Amino acid sequence: MDANKLVTMANQIASFFATEPDRVAAVAGTATHIQKFWEPRMRKQLFATFDEGSDHGMHELVVAALTEHRSNLEPA
Amino acid sequence: MYSNKVVDYGTPQKRSDNTVTVHIDGKPVCVPEGTSVMRAATEAGVQIPKLCATDTLESFGSCRLCLVEVDGRRGTPASCTTPCEDGMAVSTQSKKLADLRRGVMELYISDHPLDCLTCPANGNCELQDMAGAVGLRDVRYGYEGENHLVQEKDESNPYFTFDPTKCIVCSRCVRACEETQGTFALTVEGRGFDSKIAAGPTNFLDSECVSCGACVQACPTSTLMEKSIVDAGQPDHSVTTTCAYCGVGCSFRAEMQGNEVVRMVPDKDGKANHGHSCVKGRFAWGYATHPDRVKQPMIRKKITDPWREVSWEEAFEYAASEIKRIQAKYGQASTGGITSSRCTNEETFLVQKLIRAGFGNNNVDTCARVCHSPTGYGLKTTLGESAGTQDFDSVEFTDCVIVLGANPTDGHPVFASRLKKRLREGAGLIVIDPRQIELVKTPHVAADFHLQLRPGANVAVMNALAHVVVTEGLEATDYIAQRCDLEDYTKWKAFISEERNSPEALEEHTGVPADQIRGAARLFAKAPNGAIYYGLGVTEHSQGSTGVMTIANLAMLTGNIGRPGVGVNPLRGQNNVQGSCDMGSFPHELPGYRHVSDPAVRELFGNEWGVKIQPEPGLRIPNMFDAAVDGSFKALYVQGEDIAQSDPDTQHVQKALESLECLIVQDIFLNETAKYAHVIFPGSSFLEKDGTFTNAERRISMVRKVMPPLAGLADWEVTVRFAEALGYRMDYSHPSEIMDEIARLTPTFTGVSYDKIDKLGSVQWPCNDAAPEGTPYMHEQEFVRGKGKFVLTEFQATPERTTRKFPLILTTGRILSQYNVGAQTRRTHNQTWHDEDVIELHPHDAENRGIEHGDMVAMQSRKGETVMRCVITERMQPGVVYTTFHHPESGANVVTTDNSDWATNCPEYKVTAVQVKKVTADKSDWQQRFDSFAQQQDSLARQGFTEDNEQPAK
Repeated sequence: MDANKLVTMANQIASFFATEPDRVAAVAGTATHIQKFWEPRMRKQLFATFDEGSDHGMHELVVAALTEHRSNLEPA
Repeated sequence: MYSNKVVDYGTPQKRSDNTVTVHIDGKPVCVPEGTSVMRAATEAGVQIPKLCATDTLESFGSCRLCLVEVDGRRGTPASCTTPCEDGMAVSTQSKKLADLRRGVMELYISDHPLDCLTCPANGNCELQDMAGAVGLRDVRYGYEGENHLVQEKDESNPYFTFDPTKCIVCSRCVRACEETQGTFALTVEGRGFDSKIAAGPTNFLDSECVSCGACVQACPTSTLMEKSIVDAGQPDHSVTTTCAYCGVGCSFRAEMQGNEVVRMVPDKDGKANHGHSCVKGRFAWGYATHPDRVKQPMIRKKITDPWREVSWEEAFEYAASEIKRIQAKYGQASTGGITSSRCTNEETFLVQKLIRAGFGNNNVDTCARVCHSPTGYGLKTTLGESAGTQDFDSVEFTDCVIVLGANPTDGHPVFASRLKKRLREGAGLIVIDPRQIELVKTPHVAADFHLQLRPGANVAVMNALAHVVVTEGLEATDYIAQRCDLEDYTKWKAFISEERNSPEALEEHTGVPADQIRGAARLFAKAPNGAIYYGLGVTEHSQGSTGVMTIANLAMLTGNIGRPGVGVNPLRGQNNVQGSCDMGSFPHELPGYRHVSDPAVRELFGNEWGVKIQPEPGLRIPNMFDAAVDGSFKALYVQGEDIAQSDPDTQHVQKALESLECLIVQDIFLNETAKYAHVIFPGSSFLEKDGTFTNAERRISMVRKVMPPLAGLADWEVTVRFAEALGYRMDYSHPSEIMDEIARLTPTFTGVSYDKIDKLGSVQWPCNDAAPEGTPYMHEQEFVRGKGKFVLTEFQATPERTTRKFPLILTTGRILSQYNVGAQTRRTHNQTWHDEDVIELHPHDAENRGIEHGDMVAMQSRKGETVMRCVITERMQPGVVYTTFHHPESGANVVTTDNSDWATNCPEYKVTAVQVKKVTADKSDWQQRFDSFAQQQDSLARQGFTEDNEQPAK
């Protein structure tokens, strides 16, 4: 699936949770939303993009979510 | 005329905590205070003759037929206008009354055609009945005097005739148009002998009449008569069922001759509609037997092959073999399904069950994805349940209404009539919409505030309203303290109080003067009961879910949830979109809105279904398209949805459908999606099956079969047989058994059964031990989630920006006479009112472009281009254009984009940057390709022969 589109969608989610002053909650909110609503192949593609190492314009909350909640988010 | 087989109580039922007892011809009857003598008599089993009175309209007292005598009072008052008083003794029969009544009837009949035997109302005519009731034997005036017996019929309306020779000027039609519908299209012109009913200075079709039919069922003679009755005669029986158009869910009597519908009449006992209807449900039912109906299953290997008609057995075997082949080759997750928001709860439940248990994945979704999925997310987050909080009757108790991103006079006309009635009584109205919708100024109704915002600015406006309420100390402090999470509220209050959320600071984004927002906020917050009604103008945005949460925030802030007259009211679009969501059509939720990751829920369903349910969410519809283009999604079973026409970014959808190796379409017509299909399962209309629909009130109502399915199987039977071919048995002999299973598995439905719905007429969920007869008002004592949650709702402008190349904003919507993709209404006479989609443009924008009214114009976006006719109107604001999507060839969705709501992927139909320019060609490149493809597919459909050129298989 289109990597740019998935990054855009993830960034939109992060933009909503970015208004949460508690950063831990904001990261968890972003991660939980992706976990609850994104089908495994979408999450797999997002991780593939993330693991490439380059920026891809990912919101810092998305980066944090993929890093700190990897075990929950990454499909088996 | 309604039906003389149904009791007409003469005047409306009154509500009162007090009762009075009167004696009617010696019979005691106890009635609510305010009840008319006429109604009390009817309840006592005494029919007082009447002509101008009917129980759907307030009393009028003009015909003078219903006179009675009251002990201790002089004269002979009209029973319809005389309220009961405690201890009153009424006589309904005496020689004097009989003489008076016969005299009245003599006058009526002296100026009335004597053609009862050939009149279309013969056998169902109140005038005929009253002549009999009063014992009329002759007319002493004769028939030679001046009369109205030679007048031209008005047959302009495609559905009913107006024959003034039969009219007795009782004015029921005029009053129905005023009181029930609220359009005020009819009047009594002239006075005395010259009085006549007029639809303004024109005929019915060219007048303001909206063809709701209220005048037709109110008319006591054949003056206003359905053309279907004129043609076919009177029905011999009727079946009560539920409309298959919008989310109001009107109850109808399908009046039949044998297996044929003669007319649909709104059911007076319908709790959603109370005997009213709109042009669609009332008259536009002919599509069910249109020649275009698909009656035979068809299969083909490639979409460039001709269709081959086959037996049901062969179609199921072929479809199942393809699913199995594709799953073996590409994996279980390469297949999925889309449930229908037009089909019944039972049918939707079975499709998601088939996908989860038969296909073995959670790749199931529904059309709510593209309309109210943000409602589900937003209200679940803030209040704890994914549904509206009230019933429609609640509007009678409201003091101030916000209508946000909705056009109810077009989209939910029967509810709009109830709303207009309350507004005429004095309730305040705040309309928040980029267009000047009809509700802003309509007869006897004018909005106190029309906040004509820029598309995409809902969250900004709602935040600004909340800012005013909080900073001016207008919040419902006690309510919040008692009912809401105080930690969340405190955090939200600090956020909303910031200057950047003030009307003044946000004005550059909203386009609404700050003082207007302040005035509206004060009006709403100070009203004893404030209600918010909203539609797709809220949800179909990149901040759709956020928009819904601002509504919940404002409702909680002002203490407006948990009783009649208030609430958060999503106006759900389709007849069963609420139901399809309730039934677990979403890829992340099982029925009852429980996440698939919950092991206890999976175990419950898994044990019942004998399978293991997948714990991960499946693909949403837009994700299915992306995965199809990507090559990882290869087969789709679509029941009753036309994604090729209704979903945004048409060219992307077409590419996705072309990528599938097996597309199975189950529908009543060969729609746009069917052009890309490999298997067609003929669908069944709402007239051909039993089941239930759930409307916007959470009201579960019966759908009753009135004719056999044209293709031999109801939709639920098709899914069962398909599942069996796949190797997954579903044993049901009747849809009631499916509902029993739903009730077993879903806590909000445990008390629901067909017996209960039959007994009560309908039931609003939750219906369980805590609420055995259902729940009109939710969150009465506490919110479903416990404490209400205020959510931070930062305004973020949509990524869809206007540029020099695309300087206008397109927003889309619906109109009254056509319905969604138009598959049903385009096959009826509703085409009379809207036979093409048009682009509405403000005069300034038109002038700047040299465009005149009626010109063909091209509308271009970064996604595509289409050509339509232009209508210049001041109901648009400069910079905003509008169109509908009812005709596939207009290609409205060729220009819409893939922008969507952050939480649910609900498409942002309401904000697309476009340019509009005058053109000479009447079709764009896409439209020409569309025509060519459509012709090719029509030809392939018509071919339909077997490989050996034999006759089509049955």
